[in-house]
Amino acid sequence: MKKIIFCLLSTIVLLALLVGCATTPTPAVTTTPETTPTQETTLTPTTPTVVPTPDNPEIIMASTTSTRDSGLMDVLIPIFQQKTGYKVKPIYVGSGAAMTMGKQGNADVLLVHSPTAELQFVADGYGVNRTLIMHNDFIIVGPPSDPVGINGMTRATDALQKIADAKFNFYSRGDNSGTDVLEKSLWKQIGIIVSATSTTNPNWYIQGGTGAGMLDLLRIASERGGYTITDRATYLANQGILDLKILVQGDPALLNIYHVIIVSPLIFGNVNFAGAKAFCDFMADPETQKIIGTYGVDKYGQPLFFPDAGKADWQVGQ
Amino acid sequence: MDTIINGIVQAFWMLVHGDPQVLQIALLSLLVSGAATMLSLLIGIPLGTVLGLSHFPGRRFLVSLVNTGMGFPPVVVGLVVSIFLWRSGPLGMLHLMYTPWAMVIAQLIISLPVVTGFTLAATQQLDPKLRLQILALGASQVQLVWLLLKEARLPLLAAIMAGFGAVISEVGASMMVGGNIVGQTRVMTTAIVAENSKGDFAYAIALSVILMALVYLVNFILTMVQQRSKTR
Repeated sequence: MKKIIFCLLSTIVLLALLVGCATTPTPAVTTTPETTPTQETTLTPTTPTVVPTPDNPEIIMASTTSTRDSGLMDVLIPIFQQKTGYKVKPIYVGSGAAMTMGKQGNADVLLVHSPTAELQFVADGYGVNRTLIMHNDFIIVGPPSDPVGINGMTRATDALQKIADAKFNFYSRGDNSGTDVLEKSLWKQIGIIVSATSTTNPNWYIQGGTGAGMLDLLRIASERGGYTITDRATYLANQGILDLKILVQGDPALLNIYHVIIVSPLIFGNVNFAGAKAFCDFMADPETQKIIGTYGVDKYGQPLFFPDAGKADWQVGQ
Repeated sequence: MDTIINGIVQAFWMLVHGDPQVLQIALLSLLVSGAATMLSLLIGIPLGTVLGLSHFPGRRFLVSLVNTGMGFPPVVVGLVVSIFLWRSGPLGMLHLMYTPWAMVIAQLIISLPVVTGFTLAATQQLDPKLRLQILALGASQVQLVWLLLKEARLPLLAAIMAGFGAVISEVGASMMVGGNIVGQTRVMTTAIVAENSKGDFAYAIALSVILMALVYLVNFILTMVQQRSKTR
């Protein structure tokens, strides 16, 4: 009996040691440390490449759930890691929570879509190098039968007004994410004040979800037959499992713009600035931008994101 | 219903073909929860033995703490461990957040009270006369404890099973401190949550089947050890 226990325990210990080994990045070939990762720009993901070894290879990237739920980052992160030797720890939360992580120095770089809050974040000194990456748009989705009759409306606020008048179930993220902030600003424009913490929200306005992002809320709205606002990418990439239809789109107020922001190394000395900069440069790189622009076309018949690097903010969607 | 059958079929295929991603996730689950259980045994058995066999002021209070700990909500453990391990936290310089080690720490905190509590109960229920008898035969303190633990081996193996069961099935804390990062900190339970929200139910069920098989396998081995020792 002792033998068996001993065998079991020693296996577990051995395996535990393996975990330690597995988590240290082990690039195949090493180059001189002077080579900064950003200089490797002409490599394609398919060519066998010399992977540089950065001094501090770990980057925490905080982003919004739509970049994960659309599948985009699952494509981009491996390419980035292969090109630069950095190891990304992607943490997908809402844009609000991502910026909170940034404000505490708990992330190195952010990929977020909440422009007003982003500008405040940068103005407060927490972020530097805010770089325009891409956009898509928000859409209002709802049951295919469209009980309120908002299908085809061109102004988002008109549609919301109609939902409010009908007191029909509307599902909100309620998590201060980029989508949530935009949605609440639209309600505000038509004089309906809702907030995540308020107990006076109308009873048809439901803040739900497991805090796990856009897709979870879409699933709830789909199962319970209500309306919600979503980014187009998350919806398109998952429409097969959703009983929801696009009802309102094309309003300029529904533009959804993504920026990369580096968490300020001036405030937080332990921020991996070199790694964050490499990620930022990678996202704006013409080659990456091309991948972003074509991602999803084969699967969904249309791109999920439109690359915008190098443009000014006001040019987006023009 | 079809989903469940598809899931079970898919689970078999993934095992037969040795789907690398599934194997990697299953292995990490086993490693993290195994390491956490091991550590909690190393700390919990001595602690539970001391609490079970000795008498000192404040002992009852400590026992009540252990018993409460057996029902610790994993998400609370996850939150507290996160606060400590974030870069802005007191242990931030260790860079453990979003690594398997962070998950081991969180799971250790979850399983330690379980192991301690079971050990405590196991040593406490031993006949006090046994203790007198062993001492009367001239055993040293160390020999006494060793013999008593040997006598309590059946419930002690139950402690291992309970401790391991608590952490292998846990999702809240692992999600919070691990981040469910593919290839780094994704374990069975967090993968099931992620697949479920993606709507890939068949894959989620396949993972569930494999997780349950894994838990069963570990408990089967432990039960064999436990029951074999009973017949001797």
